[in-house]
Amino acid sequence: MHTSLWLSLLLVIPLAGAALIVGLRASDHLARVIGITAAALELALTVVVALAYRASHTVGSGSTTTVFDFTYRKVLAPSLGVAYDVGVDGISLFLVALTALVILLALVGANESRRTPAFVAWLLVLMTATIGAFATRDMLSFFLFFELTLIPSYFLIAGWGGSQRAAAALKFFVYTLFGSGFLLVGMVYIAVRHQHVFGGDLTFAMSALKETPLSSGVATWIMIGFLIAFGIKSPIFPLHTWSPLAYAEAPIAGSMVLSALLAKLGTYGLLRFAVGLLPQSLDNVRPVVLTLAVIGILYGSGLAAVSKELKKVVAYSSMAQVGFIVLGIFAGSQIATSGAVLLMFNHGVITAGLFLLIGGIERRRGTSTISALSGLQGPAPVLAALFTVVMLASIGLPGLSGFVSELLVLLGSFNAHPWWAVVATTGVIFAALYLLWAYQRVFHGEATGENASIPDATTAERWVLAPIIVLVVVLGVYPAPLLNKINPSTHAIVSHSTPQGVSR
Amino acid sequence: MIAKVAQLAMPSVHYLAIAPILVLLGGSLILMFVTAMTRARVSAVVATSVTVVTAASAFVLAFFQWRDVSIHGSTTTLAHAIALDGFGVLASAAIALGVGLTALVAHDWAHRARVVGAEFHILVLASASGAMMMAQANDLIVIFLGLEILSIGLYVLVAFDRHRSGSAEAALKYFLLGGFASAIFIYGVALTYGGAGSTNLSSIAYFLAHNFILQPGVLVAGLGLMLVGFAFKVAAVPFHVWSPDVYEGAPAPVTGYMASIVKVGAFAAVLRVIFGALTTQSESWRPLVWGLVVLSTLVGAAVALVQRNIKRLLAYSSISQAGFMLLGLWSASPSGVAGTLYYVVTYLPVVIATFAVVTLVGGEGETGHDLDHYRGLARRQPLLGAALAVLLLSQAGAPFTTGFFAKFAVITSAVDAGGSWLAVIAMVAAAIGGFFYVRLVLSLYSDDEGSGVRVAVPRLTGLVVAIGSISAVLFGVWPGPIANLAHHVYLLLP
Repeated sequence: MHTSLWLSLLLVIPLAGAALIVGLRASDHLARVIGITAAALELALTVVVALAYRASHTVGSGSTTTVFDFTYRKVLAPSLGVAYDVGVDGISLFLVALTALVILLALVGANESRRTPAFVAWLLVLMTATIGAFATRDMLSFFLFFELTLIPSYFLIAGWGGSQRAAAALKFFVYTLFGSGFLLVGMVYIAVRHQHVFGGDLTFAMSALKETPLSSGVATWIMIGFLIAFGIKSPIFPLHTWSPLAYAEAPIAGSMVLSALLAKLGTYGLLRFAVGLLPQSLDNVRPVVLTLAVIGILYGSGLAAVSKELKKVVAYSSMAQVGFIVLGIFAGSQIATSGAVLLMFNHGVITAGLFLLIGGIERRRGTSTISALSGLQGPAPVLAALFTVVMLASIGLPGLSGFVSELLVLLGSFNAHPWWAVVATTGVIFAALYLLWAYQRVFHGEATGENASIPDATTAERWVLAPIIVLVVVLGVYPAPLLNKINPSTHAIVSHSTPQGVSR
Repeated sequence: MIAKVAQLAMPSVHYLAIAPILVLLGGSLILMFVTAMTRARVSAVVATSVTVVTAASAFVLAFFQWRDVSIHGSTTTLAHAIALDGFGVLASAAIALGVGLTALVAHDWAHRARVVGAEFHILVLASASGAMMMAQANDLIVIFLGLEILSIGLYVLVAFDRHRSGSAEAALKYFLLGGFASAIFIYGVALTYGGAGSTNLSSIAYFLAHNFILQPGVLVAGLGLMLVGFAFKVAAVPFHVWSPDVYEGAPAPVTGYMASIVKVGAFAAVLRVIFGALTTQSESWRPLVWGLVVLSTLVGAAVALVQRNIKRLLAYSSISQAGFMLLGLWSASPSGVAGTLYYVVTYLPVVIATFAVVTLVGGEGETGHDLDHYRGLARRQPLLGAALAVLLLSQAGAPFTTGFFAKFAVITSAVDAGGSWLAVIAMVAAAIGGFFYVRLVLSLYSDDEGSGVRVAVPRLTGLVVAIGSISAVLFGVWPGPIANLAHHVYLLLP
């Protein structure tokens, strides 16, 4: 068991960076330096944590085991069940690392023209909030950080977004807040029930909550609440209607964070809390959720194909990818669940890369509207090559990271629920269709007008994309290091949520 | 004649129990005396100092009371008309704090608004003693007395800005409707007396616990009318129509005072009466409170969306907050009482500080209350803007502010009492509320500065704003102390 100090540091460093920026009234340059330093430090720490993480620990007398490491719990207000609680398992571990990576890349790579110290500070606050939500074993603590992410992301979209940014930010904020209400009440219900049954103080520790006896009917109601809350964040069809506007209007860093990180908060919540705490309800909701996931895949693909803007193409393709993740989470098989967790990480990396590249195109051409772009590979061959690699990973080309995770999801869910898996598989083909088509329109053909004179990828841009390319290729060939750490944790969740012990 | 008076038995008095009330009244009397004795107007510095010292003494006395309660348990005194229990102590301490903070804000305001003399402070002290009386009362008559002492002082305070006709108009409106509500309340008291045979809360509770009332019509009518009276005082929908107008018309420091102290006093009393004394009748009053919660949270939040005037917006927001506070009453459980108490106690510094900022931005003659005046405030004055942002987010219930844990506490108690759907409704209202709070916060950070101007921040008002916003964050990150206090006081209710 490792010391929790590492995780506490992860929470403190970005906040300290933000405080420094605000306190020193830093100039644009200084703020950037502080922000990048804090984020780089954070990334280094998460890498240390990820390498040091050990999946299996015995607790107490040795009778029970936990998959959590770096744990610490201190109750702050017993009457309200408030506790400071940290800890990571194989599921949250890589999402914590992903958070540090994506925000570092956003700080370095997504050069918005109106970048100010406040922008950097908000991104750092968002980093603490997101990592805080992932790296805890307490549901109330998760909820607090989950809610906290709203404030910085609202300000990032509303302050630095496109022309409709105010509307987009409000829509995003209100939808999510609306969902959180259901999450809060459902969560409190479980905790109160637990207190009634077992006595003692109110607690929101997940290890306690998952032992709460709930009837299948009640569990289903709570599950519906959780599905609304996390489904809005993810977003799952038909709760996605806020997302295209928000993704398109957000600044590039905002889009990266929204799709690579905040969407993962939703899917992570589905896995950890909806599936993890409410196994009694799974039989009731599974057909509906799987169907919605498959609809999300097809619908997202369809809309991505007809979108006129690159950002929206990626936004809708994210929705399709989230469909795969949800399919994996609710399939009830360990392979699919591990695939879903891996896909969360891989999709985060890939979508961050795509948005970075679109940001590069926007910076050169002032727009990401597809019809205004053509033949970019002529003047910018390196940019086109980078785009190709990341895009192919998104499509799920064998040998790149997207393939492995999608394959695991489809394999696992095919065993358990073949028909949904069969329909979902067509989504992989659609992904090839809409992304290649978009690529063709933007990069192929004759470079006309301003398109002919754009500069190629700069050295800085190449370096920013380098880690993404490396991750995409390495994890496509050799995903075992991640899966070895993910598997014990997904096993713990799946074996808890399928009482008969069936692990397909 | 004298012999007869001498025979009148004086009830035994436990002076510590009523010490804070006496201290506030004493401070008020001293100021009155000084005003009467000196030829010139009492200087503002003297008036403010006396008020702050008085409030601080009352606050310190609360610690002695608390010790007394933890040693001897809850006691009653003055013929069982006054209760000394943890609940009352915590509420009284909050009221004392509120008086101190209000006096600081009013000091700077009086200077700008050319209000001279000690009358303002005299009225604040006297009416706050009424609120404390309500918080400690164990008798319906004492509650009524407290309510009237509180209200009559407020009627005058609302009219205090003589340079503005809106102030007098608001006072008249408040006075007429307030008088009406008082009449309804005292009628309810009379019917309750008829139904339960006593005005003493402990006696009523005892009587109802040991007798089954076959035809409780009179009693139910009595509690219904009392609930209406309370609902008026806390501005719960549908008894809220006065509040936006009065909040708008009253001088901003008075509005902050009303929004905070009246809530503490009235909620303390409503919990004592409706939950404490009439707990056996909960089947009668819980549906009524259910309606009040649903209407107040939803209507307050929804109507606030379309407000253009900050004071009206905050009035509707405070209506919505009152709905949440009632949620704890609806739960009819110890944790519900603790939740509501926690809510009002943490809401108090936040709302006073919010109105302190409103006082500053409103400026001379209170002309700056349009939301446009708040555009870009945080760009012009980063500290003031950030403080207001924190205060607003706390009221919205943002995580890591006291506002979140306040909502969390009452929601938990409601779910515990079987009110999951009511909790969902309240959370939907909170989401609507979050919308307008955050929209306002965003406009504070807007680049387009609208018609806003830089405002001077006097030192004392700045201190109040700092106290409010820092407490909102401090106890939001570390909710333990106040939550535990609020949680333990219930044990000491009569």
